[in-house]
Amino acid sequence: MNVYDLIFYLFAAITILSAFFVVTTRNIVYSAYYLLFTFFGVAGIYVLLGADFIAMVQLIVYVGGILILLLFGVMLTNKITNVDIKSGTIHTVPATIGVALFAGIILASMWNTNWKNVNSDMQVASTQHLGFLLIHQYALVFELLGILLLIALIGAASMARK
Amino acid sequence: MTEPQMINLALAILFLPLLGFIVTLLLGKKVKSIYIFEVFIIVLAFAGAVLMVFTKLSYYPNSDITSEFSWINLGNVPLLGNTSIDLGILVDNISVLMIFVVTLISMLVHIFSIAYMEGDKRFNRYFAYLGIFTFSMTGIVFTHNMLMMYIFWELVGLSSYLLIGFWFEKKSASDAGKKAFIVNRIGDLGMLSGILLLYTTYHTFTFSQIFSQIAAGHLPFNSELWLTITGILLFCGAIGKSAQFPLHVWLPDAMEGPTPVSALIHAATMVAAGVYLIVRIFPLLTSDALLFIAVIGMLSAFIPATIALTQNDIKKVLAYSTISQLGYMVMGLGIGAYKFAFFHLITHAFFKALLFLGSGSVIHAMHHEQDITKMGGLRKKMPITYATFLIASLAISGIPLTSGFLSKDGILQSSFAFGSLTGHWIFAFVGFLVALLTAFYMFRLLILTFHGTPRDQHKYEHAHESSFSMAMPLVVLAVLSIFIWYTPNPFNPEQGSILSSWIKNPQLVTPQDTRFNFMKSDVPNTITTNKASEASGIMYSEVYNNAIEEAHIPALTLSLILASLGIFIAFVFYQWKKVDVDKMVNSIKPLYNLSYNKWYFDEIYDATIVALTLLLSKFLAWFDLTVIDGIVNGTAAITLEVSKWSGKFDNVVVDGFVNAMAYISGFIGLIFRRFQTGKVQTYIVLVIFSLVILLFIFK
Amino acid sequence: MIHVGLNHFLVVSTILFSLGILGIVSRKNAVMVLMGIELILNSANINFIAFAKFGNFGFQGQIMALFVIILAAAEAAIALAIVLNIYKTFSTVNVDEIDTLKD
Repeated sequence: MNVYDLIFYLFAAITILSAFFVVTTRNIVYSAYYLLFTFFGVAGIYVLLGADFIAMVQLIVYVGGILILLLFGVMLTNKITNVDIKSGTIHTVPATIGVALFAGIILASMWNTNWKNVNSDMQVASTQHLGFLLIHQYALVFELLGILLLIALIGAASMARK
Repeated sequence: MTEPQMINLALAILFLPLLGFIVTLLLGKKVKSIYIFEVFIIVLAFAGAVLMVFTKLSYYPNSDITSEFSWINLGNVPLLGNTSIDLGILVDNISVLMIFVVTLISMLVHIFSIAYMEGDKRFNRYFAYLGIFTFSMTGIVFTHNMLMMYIFWELVGLSSYLLIGFWFEKKSASDAGKKAFIVNRIGDLGMLSGILLLYTTYHTFTFSQIFSQIAAGHLPFNSELWLTITGILLFCGAIGKSAQFPLHVWLPDAMEGPTPVSALIHAATMVAAGVYLIVRIFPLLTSDALLFIAVIGMLSAFIPATIALTQNDIKKVLAYSTISQLGYMVMGLGIGAYKFAFFHLITHAFFKALLFLGSGSVIHAMHHEQDITKMGGLRKKMPITYATFLIASLAISGIPLTSGFLSKDGILQSSFAFGSLTGHWIFAFVGFLVALLTAFYMFRLLILTFHGTPRDQHKYEHAHESSFSMAMPLVVLAVLSIFIWYTPNPFNPEQGSILSSWIKNPQLVTPQDTRFNFMKSDVPNTITTNKASEASGIMYSEVYNNAIEEAHIPALTLSLILASLGIFIAFVFYQWKKVDVDKMVNSIKPLYNLSYNKWYFDEIYDATIVALTLLLSKFLAWFDLTVIDGIVNGTAAITLEVSKWSGKFDNVVVDGFVNAMAYISGFIGLIFRRFQTGKVQTYIVLVIFSLVILLFIFK
Repeated sequence: MIHVGLNHFLVVSTILFSLGILGIVSRKNAVMVLMGIELILNSANINFIAFAKFGNFGFQGQIMALFVIILAAAEAAIALAIVLNIYKTFSTVNVDEIDTLKD
């Protein structure tokens, strides 16, 4: 067990525990804060996988953007007077059973599959490579995604205004 | 410029006004000054037309440039053979000359309208309408087939309707628009029948193909009579559009439209479309059809001329004179004076547009006063308008040194020759009589409007010379009404290149024995599609040329004398007042009333055709209410009886079965409805369970 | 204890995915449903990057992950707008109370 492994377990624990709290906490605002830790954990895992740029993007976009949006959503859709913003759960039992079964099957199939496993050591500057790919091979996709974002922005604004 | 470039230029001239129309119409409400765009477009189209007329006449004077494409290809239809409907563009000398006239006058009218229509609340829409009118007229000019001709023909009718009824708040204007539209439809019905007759016989709409098939001896129903009928039916379209004798009633009413519109549509271009149509189909007209055309033209020249003598509305006088002049052209074509008739079309377009624009200038200055008995003395107030109006009046009266003299004299001279060759002197007689009448009523109009003392002092005080954008078109048109543009010799139009080399007599395709004697070729059986013979314009035998030559001097002298006489009488009556006009009128009261009331045409039509139509409609309504409704009601009663029995069967047998089905479905549904909670999350749980099951099965 | 390899990451991703689905299914609030979706997207991203590293696919996997993040941003914006609309229409964002689909 080296340092790498130790760090992995740390991040994995952060991720899974906080995700668990996200799902189970009744207070939505707390949920959102736990989600923050989940995103942090996932970002850490990205770093461990040699994707430092993606990790950065994860922090900026998820934590800085999406989480804030979700918080706005929480605040806008609950009455101000309703101080403890709580939200119950429904059919917890069948859902848990189903999900557990599902996870079991996925894990089983995962263990039984002979994955291609070449631990390529990608400790190179991933940002540079990603940038290169984005403006060469994936230039069109990149542009299209830009347009998509614009459309989503306009669409969201116009929908929310109605 | 190569031929494909010429075609492209023609297409550009054709579609520019359409672009102008669309842009002006769409942006008219938003952008106040969009009319400038429309005017600019027309100036551009005119520049294109100038380039085109120059290139065509200098570099391709003897060839027709065509371009066509197959619009609808029906393939090989049984019994008909290979059928396809082609659209195309034909650029020949006639069409480039015509396009020059159309775009020039359209441009001048656009410019004139800027000042004339100022302050109108539908200002931009007016320009949009002018645009679509120019587009449709250009289409008529460039078409190489009957179908396109008909399409644009109707478009012209539409735009004319829109423009006549432009001030549709006025009942009379909207009525006039409707009248023009409906009366034109009557003529168009004939034209459409003619076109369909041609199509059923020749399976093509293209002029040149129709002509070559006729020349090869293939006639409708293999009968010369049917060829004559086809020609007359096609001519019906021209009767409507050119306001010829039985259908002329719409044109005077059309004066309800704005005056520049009258100049553009009801003087220079649209009404000329009828004459242009005859020019296009001229080769297939038999002598009988030509005689019919000549008679209609003669009547249209004479009757409106007599009406114009007594009218007091400045635009009405001009309207009747237009019909009369169009009658001249139609008569000219009927008696075979093809070149002179087309020449008259061009010259008339210029000086009649000038007259109308001049009257527009007067009306504008007099604050929309159109009654000439309330004018007078405007000469001093409006010198430019007066001078140009005078030139136009001289031109229409046929005084030497003007363009009108050249063309009118040509037609008169041809009618003289026609009389001497066939014995039908009536055309020459009426032609000269109308020349006298024309000179008289035009100068009556001129004197009452511009000479003497003002009869309405108040309006006279406020009258003023028009602004530059109104005066400029007048001057341009006045310059174009001088002889020098057409021929160097003011007494012989044949010396100018317009008649000697630009306009050529067409090659007739009708069978030899259906032609006038003088139109038969000297050399028998020369019916060919040979380009060389077409280019040289062989149409008449030597006899005709000799007769024209002989008729030249007497016709010229006689027409000069009559025109001067007309002008002199007008001066005696209205300027010097040597004869008391009122006394004169009283002594010939019935004749005066006949003329003043326009020969009671409207009343006659109201009493006959309109009344008959109403009667027929009433009869049809009655038929509808009693017979048709009776049948319908009877059927209903029978159906009701049948339904009763069928209803019983339905209720017991069919419904029983259906109800049983419904009961079973309902029972099953009762079980399954529990799954349909309408909650999204329940569905997702179900999906997950299903997924798990599927994974177990397909592991 | 074995060295951390591909399977470790996949296990984390699987658990995250399952929790995401649990969130979607069992929470009443629509915003919570959105959070569940974000969790699922994150788990998918972990898979992408893990496979890219251990399957030796170069940077393609990372690019995909990047695109997923972009799509997630767009999705969040649109979904939030929808949630706001739902709130305006039904005065609630509890998805179990919204069952007009039934009718």
